[in-house]
Amino acid sequence: MIRDITIGQYYPSDSILHRLDPRVKLIGTFLFIVSLFLFDSLYGYIAVAVFLVTIIKLSKVPFRFIAKGMKAIVVLMLFMAFFNLFFTPGNTIFQIWIIKITDNGLRQAIFMGIRLIFLILGSSLMTFTTTPNQLTDGLEKIMKPLNRIKVPVHEISMMMSIALRFIPILLEETDKIMKAQMARGADFESGGVLKRAKSLIPLLVPLFVSAFRRANDLAMAMEARCYRGGDGRTKMKPLRYQNRDYLAYTCVLAYFAIVIALGILENRLF
Amino acid sequence: MQIIFDKVNYIYSGGTAFARHAIKDISFSINKGEFIGLIGHTGSGKSTLIQHMNGLIKATNGHIYFNGQDIYEKNYDLRKLRSKVGLVFQYPEHQLFETTVFKDVVFGPTNLGLDKLECELRAYEALKMVGIGDDLLDASPFELSGGQKRRVAIAGVLAMKPEVLILDEPTAGLDPRGRDDILEKIAELHRDSGLTIILVTHSMEDIANYADRLFVMNRGELVMQDTAKVVFSHYKELEQMHLAAPQVTYVMNVLKDKGYRVNTDATTIDEAKEEILKLLQY
Repeated sequence: MIRDITIGQYYPSDSILHRLDPRVKLIGTFLFIVSLFLFDSLYGYIAVAVFLVTIIKLSKVPFRFIAKGMKAIVVLMLFMAFFNLFFTPGNTIFQIWIIKITDNGLRQAIFMGIRLIFLILGSSLMTFTTTPNQLTDGLEKIMKPLNRIKVPVHEISMMMSIALRFIPILLEETDKIMKAQMARGADFESGGVLKRAKSLIPLLVPLFVSAFRRANDLAMAMEARCYRGGDGRTKMKPLRYQNRDYLAYTCVLAYFAIVIALGILENRLF
Repeated sequence: MQIIFDKVNYIYSGGTAFARHAIKDISFSINKGEFIGLIGHTGSGKSTLIQHMNGLIKATNGHIYFNGQDIYEKNYDLRKLRSKVGLVFQYPEHQLFETTVFKDVVFGPTNLGLDKLECELRAYEALKMVGIGDDLLDASPFELSGGQKRRVAIAGVLAMKPEVLILDEPTAGLDPRGRDDILEKIAELHRDSGLTIILVTHSMEDIANYADRLFVMNRGELVMQDTAKVVFSHYKELEQMHLAAPQVTYVMNVLKDKGYRVNTDATTIDEAKEEILKLLQY
């Protein structure tokens, strides 16, 4: 049941996107998200869609798998569409009682919805193609200059990678404890809010106990291997840009330029 | 026959890149009061298989019958099934959550909707069965030793008065003393209460002593189901599945190879002792 969440998961495959340097993907994703808010015309949406479809094809992640992850945000989408649809001022095109739909509202609802889908597709594509470890490695390298102003970059990224590493472990643990309590007749699904909240105690207490136990063990194991923070620490696989990474940067920048150009053009034309 | 599996298959994460055929075409039946040993290498599908028995996992296809009823039938009460088929997971002490030992054991019977007195009676009985003394009833379960915690957790399942008790490696991570204690208690339950026992284990010595029949799993398939003697006589095949026969089986086979006339189907130390003594008397 819990395993159905695919957002933020890594999808193992062997594609050009998987092999790219994580820094490229991080910066690329950042630029992609920014680019989504730089235009407001049909051409912009088409440009983004073309770019996204190309990237998804390149990533070799099956579209079915990506779409499954989108299910999780359906509620959020409906919520947003609802507010945009009914609460945007403009020319009324449809009205029942005090509920009215305006042309601007309709436009907003549709385009914001599409933008949100693009945004989530783009950013989940990054996590599909990058292992959590690569991701934090990339972040650490990007943020390295901050070390000069006494930001503990290494420690932050170490904490992040540990946190990420523990998500699947804790999910599995939750699943296991849930089953163990169900085997003792526990019922997590029926009853009112209060009863359901109370039924979570047999799940949460062992889960916290186990999380603390694991944290303890991990700290001990790290200490036993003489871990003492980032100073003077080297990497087994240091990140180095390859030709394909420069090529990817060029593509992303070209895409970014196109979107900006479209944004400026639409201001002139319309 | 109490439990019947009819061509049960289970596929994890079906339809995605992570799909894995965890158990394949499993068919068997278990009689009331039997002691079954379930052995197999890590990842052979043992844990997946036992979770089918109380309906925690629903088979991708195939049928499972408990006391003659198909458990996948509409309106079949799965919660009732779970009270009849008690499942003790690996490291069951990780499920303890209450403030006292006694309260934790009461959790199971309370979920069955019994009245308070009955629940407490059952909890007390179950704790006695696993050998937890009165002095520990009000202790926090987190203060106990590893072996004690595990016995409390087993009591938590026993208090539901199941007809079948499934234990997933109940001796993992315990010291030899704690291990013998637990196994002895399980054998006692089987003998005195007539419980059907299904014991998942890695230790061939443990299982040779107690089990009526052995089920051997390999890569999701049930490859053997027979008495310990028959199964362990195939020790060469077991080795290919990363399993092994008990030490004494090897001793007896080496003796035979050296030309001594011993019966190689001895699986316990006592049987081996008899055989060797018989040999020496001639």
